[in-house]
Amino acid sequence: MTKKQKKTLLRILIAALLLAAVAVTVHFVPMPQWAKLLLFVLPYLAVGHPVLYDAAHNIVRGNVFDEKFLMTLATMGAFFVGEYPEATFVMLFFEVGELFESIAVGKSRRSVAALTELCADTARLVENGQTREVSPEEVAVGMHILVQPGERIPLDGIVTEGTASLDTAALTGESLPRSVSPDDAVLSGCICTDGVLTVRVTKPYEESTVARILELVENAGIHKAKSEKFITRFAKYYTPCVVAGALLLGIVPPLFSGSTGDWSVWSEWISRAMVFLVISCPCALVISVPLSFFGGIGGASAKGILVKGSDHLEHLSMCSTVVFDKTGTLTNGTFSVKDIRPCDGITQETLLRTAASAESRSNHPLAKAVCAAAATYETPETVHEQAGLGVTATIGGKTVAVGSRRLMEQNAISVTEENDAAAAVYVAQDGKYMGSIVLSDTVKPDAAQAIAALRKHGVRRICMLTGDREQAAAEVAAELGIDEVYASLLPEDKVRIACKLRDECKKGEKLAFVGDGINDAPVLTCADVGIAMGAFGSDAAIEAADVVLMNDRPTDIAAAMAVSVKTKRIVKQNIVFALGVKFAVLLLSAVGIAGMGIGIFADVGVCVLAVCNAMRTQYGRF
Amino acid sequence: MRKQFKMEDLDCANCAAKMEEAIRKIDGVSYVSISFMAQKMVIEADDARFDDIMKQAAKAVKKVDRNCEVLL
Repeated sequence: MTKKQKKTLLRILIAALLLAAVAVTVHFVPMPQWAKLLLFVLPYLAVGHPVLYDAAHNIVRGNVFDEKFLMTLATMGAFFVGEYPEATFVMLFFEVGELFESIAVGKSRRSVAALTELCADTARLVENGQTREVSPEEVAVGMHILVQPGERIPLDGIVTEGTASLDTAALTGESLPRSVSPDDAVLSGCICTDGVLTVRVTKPYEESTVARILELVENAGIHKAKSEKFITRFAKYYTPCVVAGALLLGIVPPLFSGSTGDWSVWSEWISRAMVFLVISCPCALVISVPLSFFGGIGGASAKGILVKGSDHLEHLSMCSTVVFDKTGTLTNGTFSVKDIRPCDGITQETLLRTAASAESRSNHPLAKAVCAAAATYETPETVHEQAGLGVTATIGGKTVAVGSRRLMEQNAISVTEENDAAAAVYVAQDGKYMGSIVLSDTVKPDAAQAIAALRKHGVRRICMLTGDREQAAAEVAAELGIDEVYASLLPEDKVRIACKLRDECKKGEKLAFVGDGINDAPVLTCADVGIAMGAFGSDAAIEAADVVLMNDRPTDIAAAMAVSVKTKRIVKQNIVFALGVKFAVLLLSAVGIAGMGIGIFADVGVCVLAVCNAMRTQYGRF
Repeated sequence: MRKQFKMEDLDCANCAAKMEEAIRKIDGVSYVSISFMAQKMVIEADDARFDDIMKQAAKAVKKVDRNCEVLL
C-alpha cells in the first residue's frame, strides 16, 4: 500500500469505530434529533472530509456530474430526510470502494511493472582493464561491459569473452537456458546464470530489447479496444440520465401525490432519489474494462506474447482466417535430409558419406544439411565449388561431383531416375551416377499442433503464402493440413493476396497474418492482426507487428487467442453484471423496495466484484 | 507532433475518459488518448502551438481532477 492508501485506510478505520460508538450511544441514550445529527456528522466528516472538499472544488468549476459531488449530494440528502446512519454508511463505503479500487489498480500496474524488473539498475563498464558501475543509460555503443553470474544483462550486445548459460524466461517465458559463447548476440533482460561474460554493447539503452518491450507493453493501453470506447461513451450519458431521473423522482411524484404539504411524502421520495444518486457513478464499468485488458496484456507478456494494444487483443479472438508465411514461421528455414536414394549396388551410408565428404567445406545450406546427416566423412584433397551448381572434389584419388541436375548434365553424367522433390543433390563418382539425396525444409515440431489448436478456436480458413516453389509448399501444407497454398510469390504478391483474403472475411471477422517478422513487414501492416514470430530482437518486427511472439512457437498464436477469448469473456461478464445490477437496483429503489444499503452495494459492491473479476485476466493458464 | 506524457495520481478511469473528452475539444489537437492503467497521455497537436496546447491540456486535466498532474 502506498502512503496515501494507508492514510485512507486509517481514516476509514477511525470513522468505522466512531460510527459504531455513535450508533450504540444513540440506541441506548435517549436524546433529541439535533443531538443525533451532530453525533452522526462526526464519523461522516472523519471519513468524508476529503470527498466533501473535492466536491466543493468541483462544483465551483462546474463539474456537476462528478462522482464525488454526486456522492456528497446523496449523503447530504440522506441527512436532510433524517437517515443519519445510512448517510454515514454510504460515505464510509464509498471510501472503502475507492481504496479497494486504488489497491487493485496499483497491484495490476505493478504486475505489469514486474516486467520493469527486467531492467538492470547498473552496468559494469570495462575501461582500461578496470570495471566501474554506471547506469545503463550512460553506456555508449561499442563500449564493453562485464556481466557476472546472477546478474541481468543490462544492454544488448555481442559476447567478446566468456561462456555462460542465459535464463531468458523473463523475456520469453521459456525455461530452457540458452548457452552463449564469444560472437553470440545477447539481449538485455536475460540473466547470466553461470560464468562471466564480457559484452560489446551494440545498442544504446533506449533501443535495447528491454526498453522497447517495456514501452510496448506499457503503451498497449493507449490503443483502446472497442468495448472500452463503448463503455466510456455509455458512461458519458449514464450519469446525467440517472441524475435527471433522481431529480424527477424527488420532485414529480410528491407534487402530484395530492398531499404536497405532507413532509413524510417528500421525505420518502427524496430518499428514493438519493439512492439513484448513489448508483449514478459508472466507475465499476469504466474501470473494469481497461483493467481487464491491461491484465490480459500483462498475463500474455509473461508468456512471451507481446500484444501492442487492447484493440489487438480484442481482435485476436475474432480471427476467422489465419495466413501463415512458410519459411521461418511454420518451418525452421533450415534443411534436413529426408530421403537417400542410392543406385543399385551402393548403400545409403556410402552415398551419404561420399556426398558429405565432397561438400564438407561448402557453406551452402543443402551441403550443410548433408554433412549434418552424415555420421563421418573424409577430408577431400581438392575442392572446386561452382555457385548454383555444386561441388567437384577429389577424395582418395576419385573425382566426386555433388550438386544439381545441371552439374550432372555438365559432366555428361546420365541421371537414371526421375526426381520431383523440391530440393535434392545428385552424386556421381568418377563419371558414374551414384544416386540422389532428397532434402526438405524442416517443419517446426509444434506447427501441426498449432494449426489444430487454431481450428479449435474457430479459425475456418488457414492459408500459407510462400516465395518457395509449389512442390515444397504443397508438401508442407499437406503435412500440416493447411487449406490453401499460394506459392512462388514475390513480396508484393503476398501483400496483394493477404489483402484479398482480408476482404473475403465476413463482417465482424478478422484476418491474422503470421510472419517471421524480418521480411514480412508490409504484409504484417496490411493484416487486421499482424503477428510476428521469431522476432527475438528484431526491430522491424516489433515496429510492424501488432502481436509479437518472442518464442518462435506457432502454438503461441492459439495461446494468444485464448488470452483474447478469456479477456473478452471477463469484459462481457463485467458489463452485463454491473449494468444488470445497477438497472435492477434503480428500478427497485424507484418503487421503494431498495434502500440506501442496497444502493451502496450496487455502486461499491459491484465495483469491487467487477475489479476482482477483471484481475483474473492476468492469471491462469491459457 | 505526437508526444507522450506521464501523468501522476490519475485515480479514476471515468476521469481519464472525461479528460480525454475535454482535451479533444481543444483547438489544434488532432489526437489524444489517455491510458488510465499506464498513466500516460499520447497527444498529437499542431506543431506551432504545441506548448500552448499542452498548457491548456494540463489545465483541462486539473479541472476534472485537481490532484492529477501532467508531467510536462
